[in-house]
Amino acid sequence: MMALLAVETLTVSFASGDTRVDAVRGVSFDLEKGETLALVGESGSGKSVTALSILQLLPYPTASHSTTSSIRFDGRELVRAGNAILRDIRGNRIAIVFQEPMTSLNPLHTIEKQVAETLHLHKGLSGSAARARVIELLQLVGLAEAESRLNAYPHQLSGGQRQRVMIAMALANEPDILIADEPTTALDVTIQAQILKLLKDLQARFGMALLLITHDLTIVRKMADRVLVMTEGEIVERGATADIFAAPQHPYTKKLLAAEPKGTPQAHEPRPKALVETRDIRVWFPIKTGLFRRTAGYVKAVDGVDLTLREGETLGVVGESGSGKTTLGLALLRLIDSRGEIVFDGRRLDALSGQTLRPLRREMQVVFQDPYSSLSPRLSIAQIVEEGLKVHQLGGNAKERRRAIERMLQEVGLDPAAADRYPHEFSGGQRQRVALARALVLRPRFLLLDEPTSALDMSVQAQMVELLRELQARHGIAYLFISHDLRVVRALAHDIMVMKDGKVVESGPAASIFAAPQSAYTRALMAAAFEIETAAPEATAQ
Amino acid sequence: MTPLARRRLRNFRANRRGVWSLWLFLALFGLSLCAELIANDRPLLVRFDGHFYFPVVADYEETNFGGDLPIDADYRDPSLAQRIDARGFMIWPPIPFADDTINYNLPSPAPSPPDRVNWLGTDDQGRDVLARLIYGFRISVLFGLTLTIVSSIIGVAAGAIQGYYGGLVDISFQRFMEIWSGLPVLYLLIILSSIIAPNFWWLLAIMLLFSWMSLVDLVRAEFLRARNFDYVRAARALGVGDATIIWRHVLPNATVATLTFMPFILNGSITTLTSLDFLGFGLPPGSPSLGELLAQGKANLQAPWLGLTAFAVLAVMLSLLIFIGEAVRDAFDPRKVR
Repeated sequence: MMALLAVETLTVSFASGDTRVDAVRGVSFDLEKGETLALVGESGSGKSVTALSILQLLPYPTASHSTTSSIRFDGRELVRAGNAILRDIRGNRIAIVFQEPMTSLNPLHTIEKQVAETLHLHKGLSGSAARARVIELLQLVGLAEAESRLNAYPHQLSGGQRQRVMIAMALANEPDILIADEPTTALDVTIQAQILKLLKDLQARFGMALLLITHDLTIVRKMADRVLVMTEGEIVERGATADIFAAPQHPYTKKLLAAEPKGTPQAHEPRPKALVETRDIRVWFPIKTGLFRRTAGYVKAVDGVDLTLREGETLGVVGESGSGKTTLGLALLRLIDSRGEIVFDGRRLDALSGQTLRPLRREMQVVFQDPYSSLSPRLSIAQIVEEGLKVHQLGGNAKERRRAIERMLQEVGLDPAAADRYPHEFSGGQRQRVALARALVLRPRFLLLDEPTSALDMSVQAQMVELLRELQARHGIAYLFISHDLRVVRALAHDIMVMKDGKVVESGPAASIFAAPQSAYTRALMAAAFEIETAAPEATAQ
Repeated sequence: MTPLARRRLRNFRANRRGVWSLWLFLALFGLSLCAELIANDRPLLVRFDGHFYFPVVADYEETNFGGDLPIDADYRDPSLAQRIDARGFMIWPPIPFADDTINYNLPSPAPSPPDRVNWLGTDDQGRDVLARLIYGFRISVLFGLTLTIVSSIIGVAAGAIQGYYGGLVDISFQRFMEIWSGLPVLYLLIILSSIIAPNFWWLLAIMLLFSWMSLVDLVRAEFLRARNFDYVRAARALGVGDATIIWRHVLPNATVATLTFMPFILNGSITTLTSLDFLGFGLPPGSPSLGELLAQGKANLQAPWLGLTAFAVLAVMLSLLIFIGEAVRDAFDPRKVR
C-alpha cells in the first residue's frame, strides 16, 4: 500500500552569491496515516528545511531541489507543483505549527479572524457558521473561555495560549498530516507538557499523521512511534522509538543520547561562608496611567527575595518565564534599580553608586542566555575579552594582556589562534565560551549565569555544564545559575531556589529539594522536566 | 577587510549606475576644486624679460611688467598684454575669466548668448556663465558637505544621548526638538540678513541650527533598541563607562542608518542653499552661486542659456548624488542577495 506521504531522495540546496550550500542531501522517508514520526537533530541538521519543503514553503529560487527529489502526498507530486495544487493542500490537507508562537500570529488581527481565514479559504465558511466552528476549534484545543476570547489580539494571550490558537488554525480543516516544527521549544516546561498532551489527544481523535520536528529527546520518547535521526542534511538512523532509545546504532545517535547533562556538583563540608546575601530585595516597575502619569500600581517583578550564595558554590534559581529570575540576577549586579539589602563580601552594594561600584564590578560578572546577542558583532574576540582588562587596568601592557587573553581562551576550550576572528564566525556554543572568557578573564568571585545553556544544542549543553563545573572547582567561583531546565540545574547546583511570580516558592539544598519537593509548583516543574508522568504512555502504536 | 565590508563593497559595485555616478561626481568636484586653474582672469604663467611669473598664486604690480603705476597688474588690459607679448609670453587657463570678471568686450549687450569667447554666454552683468558655474558648483558642494558633516555629527550625538539615556533626558529633548523645529527658518533668515550681511559661515551656522535634527530620530531609535542588548549589558557589568559603551558598542549599529542617509542629506543641503540664493537671502551679492544664476534666468527669459544651464547643472548634480545614495543604500542592505 502506498504511504500517505512519501519523500524520496529529497535534496535542498541554497545558493548565496557564488556559493551553494546543501542543507538536505538525499533524504527519504514515509509517513503513514495516524502515526507519529519524529525528525530529530540539532540546529543546522536540515530538519526544518525538510519540513518546509513538504509544503514547498522555501524561498525559491534561492532554494532549489535536485531533479531526483520527489515528495508524493496521496499520490500527487508536490515538488515543483503548481500554485493551485499547493494552495489546495496547504492548511487544508497538510497543516503546520511553527516554533515561535510570539511571531507566528499576526499581531494586528483578532484570533477569530485568523482562525476563520483558513476556514474561509478552504471551506468557504463565513459569518456565523465560521464563528461557531472557530469556537468549537478553540474549545477543542483547550483554550479557556474560548467564546469571550474571540476578539482577543495575540498580545493578550500567553505563549501557551497562542500555541493553542496556532494548533486550532492548523486543525481547522482536519488535515491528514500535521507538521509540528519544534512546537514546544519556546514554551515553559509545564505548558510544554500540556501542549504535547493536547497534540497526542487530537491526533488520536482525528487519525492524523504527525510529523514532529524537535531537538528534544524527552519529547521524542514521549510522543513518537518512529524516529529519524538527522545530522548535516542526512538521515543517519531510523527505527522504532523504543529500539533507538534501547540500542542506538549510529555513533551520532549514541552521542545525542549520551548528551544529557550528568553528575552532581562537588560537595563542600563544612559549607563555605556566604559571599552574596540579600534581604527582602524588591524590583517593582510602576504602572502609570492617565494624563499626569500617576502611578496606579506596580508590576512586582521581584518581590521580597532573600538569598544566600556561598563562596565557590552554585545557587540554582529555577522558574518559568516571567517568574522574575533574570530581573533578580540583574538587580544583584546593580544593573537595574532595586530596593532591599544586597551584601557582597561584607559590603553593602545597594548603598554604592556608579563610580564607587566600578572597582567591584571586576569581582562580579555575568554570562547571558543568548550567545548571538551578547557579543558585539563589530569587535574581534580578542577585543571583546580585552575590554574588561582595559577598564580595570589589569593584565599589564598590550603584550601581556594578549597572553592573558589567549590563556583564557584556551581555558574555556577555544583555539587561541582564533582570537582575531569575529563573533559571527563561531557557533552558538563557541560564542558562549567567548562570553565566559570575557567574564572569567577578570577572575571574578561571583558569576551570574543567566540561562547560559538554554540556547545551545543538547550535546553542546552537556559540554558547557562540564566546563562550568571544572572552572568552579579550579577557581572557586560562586555561581548564581538561572535556568528553567531542572536537568542542568541538578548537574550544577548546591542549593536551589524556586521562583514564581517574583516570590520564592521553595528553597534549600539541591539534594533535599530533588528528593522531596514541598510545594505543588516545584513538583509540577519536576514532573515536566523528568518525565515522571505525562500523556498516558501508549505502549505500542502499531 | 572583514567579510562584511567586502560584501558591502561588492553590493556597492553591483549598482553600476551608482559607481559611475560616484566617479563622475568625484571628477566634477575635483575639477571644481581647481577652479582657479581652469577659469581665471590671470594667466597661469607669464614670461617677461627672462623671468617667470605665476600670477595665479602671487600678486604682481604693473611696474613688474614695465608699467608706470604701482597698482595690481590687470592682465586683461590690452596695453599690458601687448607689452608682455613683446618681451615674453603668457599662458592663459582654458577659460580666461574668473567668476567676477566682467567682459567689457561683448559683441551684443549683456546678457550675451554663447559664442567662442564665452562658451555658455554671459549673465546680465557681462560675467562668463561657465566660470561662474564652476565656482558656484564648488561653493554649493562645499557648503553641502560641511553642513552635512557637521549636522550629522551633532545629530548623531544628540540622538545617541537621547536614545542611550532614555527616560527624562529623552522626553525633554524630544519636546525641545518639537518646539525648535516649529521655528520658521525662512523668516529667521530674512530677519538676520537685514541685520548682518550673510556670508558662507553665517549661512552655515544658521542652517546648522535647524538641520541637525534630521538624523536624531533615526539614531535615537537605534540606540533605544541597542541599549538593552545583552552585549551592552555585559559591557556595563564589566564596568565600562557610558561614553565608551556609546562609542564602541552602540554607535557602530547606528552608522549603517546614518551612512545610508548621508547622500540624501547632502542633496537637501545643496538644494537649501540654492533656494536661498534664488530668493536673494543667500550668499552676499556678487558671489557665484547656482541659485543666483537661476534667479537671473528667471529675470531674463529672453536669455534662455542662463536658466537652462543652471537647471541642467542642478539636475545632473542632484541626480548623481541620488544615484550614489541608492548604491550606498544597496551596499548596507542586509537583505540584498545580489
